[in-house]
Amino acid sequence: MSNLIQLNDDIASIAENLWVTVQLPPSNVEARKQAGKVVQFKLTGEATVSETQIADTVIPATGKIIVPLSVFIARKDELLTRISNGEVGVWIDTHEVLADLVNDQADLNVLPIIAVHVERFADGRIFSLGTLLRKRYGFKNELRAIGDVLRDQLFFLKRSGFNSYLIRADRSANDALASLKDFTAPYQGAVDEPRPVFSRYNRTA
Amino acid sequence: MYKYDKLDQQIVDERVAQYRDQTRRFLAGELTEEEFRPLRLQNGLYIQRHAPMFRIAVPYGMLSSRQLHKLGDIAKKYDRDYGHFSTRQNLQLNWPKLEDVPEMLAELATVEMHAIQTSGNCIRNITTDQFAGIAPDEVIDPRAMAEIMRQWSTFHPEFALLPRKFKIAVSGTKQDRAIVQAHDIGMEFYTDDADKLAIKVWVGGGLGRTPILGSVIREHLEWQHALTYCEAIIRVYNLHGRRDNSYKARIKILVKALGIEEFKNQVEAEWAHLKDAPNTITEAELARVSKYFEAMPYENLSAHDASFDAAIASNPAFAAWAKRCVHVHKQAGYRAVTLSLKPHGKAPGDATSDQMHVVADLAAQYSFGELRVSHEQNLILADVKLSDLYSVWEKARAAGLATPNIGLLTDIICCPGGDFCSLANAKSIPIAEAIQMQFDNLDYLHDIGDIELNISGCMNACGHHHVGHIGILGVDKDGSEWYQVSIGGKQGNDASLGTVIGPAFSADEMPGVVQKLIDIYIKERTPEELFIDTVRRLGIAPFKAHVYAKNEEIVSV
Ligand code: SF4
Repeated sequence: MSNLIQLNDDIASIAENLWVTVQLPPSNVEARKQAGKVVQFKLTGEATVSETQIADTVIPATGKIIVPLSVFIARKDELLTRISNGEVGVWIDTHEVLADLVNDQADLNVLPIIAVHVERFADGRIFSLGTLLRKRYGFKNELRAIGDVLRDQLFFLKRSGFNSYLIRADRSANDALASLKDFTAPYQGAVDEPRPVFSRYNRTA
Repeated sequence: MYKYDKLDQQIVDERVAQYRDQTRRFLAGELTEEEFRPLRLQNGLYIQRHAPMFRIAVPYGMLSSRQLHKLGDIAKKYDRDYGHFSTRQNLQLNWPKLEDVPEMLAELATVEMHAIQTSGNCIRNITTDQFAGIAPDEVIDPRAMAEIMRQWSTFHPEFALLPRKFKIAVSGTKQDRAIVQAHDIGMEFYTDDADKLAIKVWVGGGLGRTPILGSVIREHLEWQHALTYCEAIIRVYNLHGRRDNSYKARIKILVKALGIEEFKNQVEAEWAHLKDAPNTITEAELARVSKYFEAMPYENLSAHDASFDAAIASNPAFAAWAKRCVHVHKQAGYRAVTLSLKPHGKAPGDATSDQMHVVADLAAQYSFGELRVSHEQNLILADVKLSDLYSVWEKARAAGLATPNIGLLTDIICCPGGDFCSLANAKSIPIAEAIQMQFDNLDYLHDIGDIELNISGCMNACGHHHVGHIGILGVDKDGSEWYQVSIGGKQGNDASLGTVIGPAFSADEMPGVVQKLIDIYIKERTPEELFIDTVRRLGIAPFKAHVYAKNEEIVSV
C-alpha cells in the first residue's frame, strides 16, 4: 500500500505515488565542518554535494522524477524537454538555500512538485522552508515532505504549506491521516489559513 | 485576568486528546522513546532522576484562586502533596506517573490551564513582572500583549521544532523586573514621543552555559508589529541556528557569531516581507484582550489606615513582615503582598497542597480572587487593602507563608538541582537550606539588607546564578559535587553577570563561604550601600582574599 498522503481541497487521502525520487550516490568526501562566517551555521556539519556525486547520479530515462537541487542546477541541459513536459520536480535538503533554486529557476511553477527532505523529524527548518516556498516564492503546485516524516509533525507541515506527505516507510499512512485534524481553529495565521483567529472570528462575545 | 472563550477552550481540549493519543501510542510501542521525547517535552514532561517531572504553564505568572485550588488538588491526587514554583513562573510536580499525565491535563483543562510548550525546543512560557498592572513605576501593563503573544506562540507551526528552547519576556516598567536582557527575545514596552505604545526589542540574551546579556535589535517598534517582528527574528534563527551541537544552539550563539549588525540586517530583510502581514495585531484585538486586565474594582480608600498603623506600632513581628513582604501599589489604600515560599530550612519555591489552598482562599477573600507567581519563586497577592494586611499576615503566618525575608539573603532563588534533576552536577536545595540556617536570625538579615543569592545545580542556570549578587553553581569534579561562587551579578536595567571568585568549594564549606562574603561587606560598606554596591565599588579582590585566606589558615593549623 502507498505511504503517500495528499491533501486536496482540505481533504486528505492516501494516494498513489507517481513520482520517483532520484537519490544522490553516497559521498566519500568529508562533511564540511566550517565555512565562511556568515554562512557558517547553514553548513556546519552537513555535507555539501560533490561534483562527482552530481555526475554519478543516475537519472531514470523516462517517467516522472524528483531530482536533487544540485543535480537540477548542474544538469539542467539534459532535463530541458522533460521539464517542459512537466515530468521533473526538485527536492531540497533542509540545510540547502532556497535562493539557489530561485536564482536558477525564476518561475517555480514550471515545476509540478517540490519536495523537502527532512533527515530527522525534529528538524524544524522544513516548516520555514515550506512557508517561504509558498509565501515568498509563490509556489502553487504540490509541496511534499519526504524523509523522516511522522504523523505528529503532519499538522505543522500542513500549516506550513505542505499538501503531500510521504510517511516513513515503517509507519502507517492510514493511522497518520487523523493527525491532520488535531486542531480545529489554531490561533495564528500561517500558510494554510493566513488570518489569525482574531481576524477570523468575532471573539468579543 | 484573561478568561478563555470557546476557541481557547477548544484548543486546550484538543491538546488533551492529542496528547492522550500520543501517550497511548508510546505505551503501545508505536512511538519510540526518541520520537516521543519532543512530544512529551512540549507538554512539560521530563524524565527525571527518580520519576518524571511535569511542568504546568502559568502564563506570565497569573493564577486565579480556582486554578490554585485545582493545582493543590492535582498535587495531592497525582503527586506527593506538594509542588515547586519555578523561576519561569511555572509549577513543577516532581513525582507524577507518565500514564497519569493525560488525566492531569484533562483536569487542568477544566480550569483553563495546560502544559503546552513548557519545555522542549519551542517558544516557552512568556514571562513578565509580578507587579504588572499595579506597580507605581509602570508605564504599560504588558499582560495584554503577553496574552496575545501566548496565543500566537501556541502551536505556531513554523516554530514547532526550533534548534533549542526559546524564551520571551515582556516588561512595561522603568525598573525592569522581568530580566528582559537575559532572554532570547526581550520586549520592553514604553510610550514613544508620539505618545504611542512602542517596544524596544532585545535579542540574544540568555543564561546557561554561555551567559550573555541581550543586544538591542530595534529601539522602536510599533506594538502592532510585535508578532511579525518576532516571526522575522525566529525565522532567521530557525533556518540558521546550529542544530549539530545543543550547547551552541541558542539564538545568542547565532547572534554572537554573525554580530548584532549582520543579524539585524537579516531580520530586517525578512521583516520587510512580513510587515503588515495578517498576524499584525489589530486595535480591536488589543482592546479585547486588554479588557481582561483592567484595574480591579478598587474601593476609594484613604492613603492611611489607622488600624494598620496601630498594628505596626504595637507588633514588631508584623512590622518586620510589612517591611519586607508588603509592596507599594498605585492605588491609594492598597498594597501588594509577597507570600514567602522561602521559610528557613525548606526547599525554596516549594508549596504543599494545603498551602496552595490557603493561598487560594486568601486571594479569594482579600485580593479579588487572583494571585501571581514571581520569578523569584514566591506567590503574590496583588491587591490587598491596608486594613486587611493584618488578617492576611496572621493567616499566612499560620500556614508558614509569612517569613519576613523577601529580598533578603534567605529569599534564595534555587533550582531543583541534584535531588530531582537528571542534568544536575550537584544538589542545590540542601545548599539553600544550609545557608538559610546559617543566617536564621531576622535582625541580622535585616541588617545585611537587600541581597540576592541564586543557586543552580548545573550550568543550565535554571536558578539564574549569573545574575545573583551572590551566585552559586554546582560543578562536578571527578564525580563529586562542588560549588563555584560568583559575586557581582545583578538583574534589572543595569544588569551584570557575576565574576567567579576562585576555586570551587565542598557543600560543607558553603555556609561559611557566604558568611565570609557577608563579613567583608559589613566591614567595608558605606552607610548607603547594599551588598551589590560594595562589590561593584571594590571589585572581587577583597572578598576573594578573605574567603580563601581563611581556608589556608585552617589548612595550615
Ligand atoms: S540548573 Fe541544571 S540542575 Fe538545576 S534544574 Fe536546571 S538543569 Fe537541573
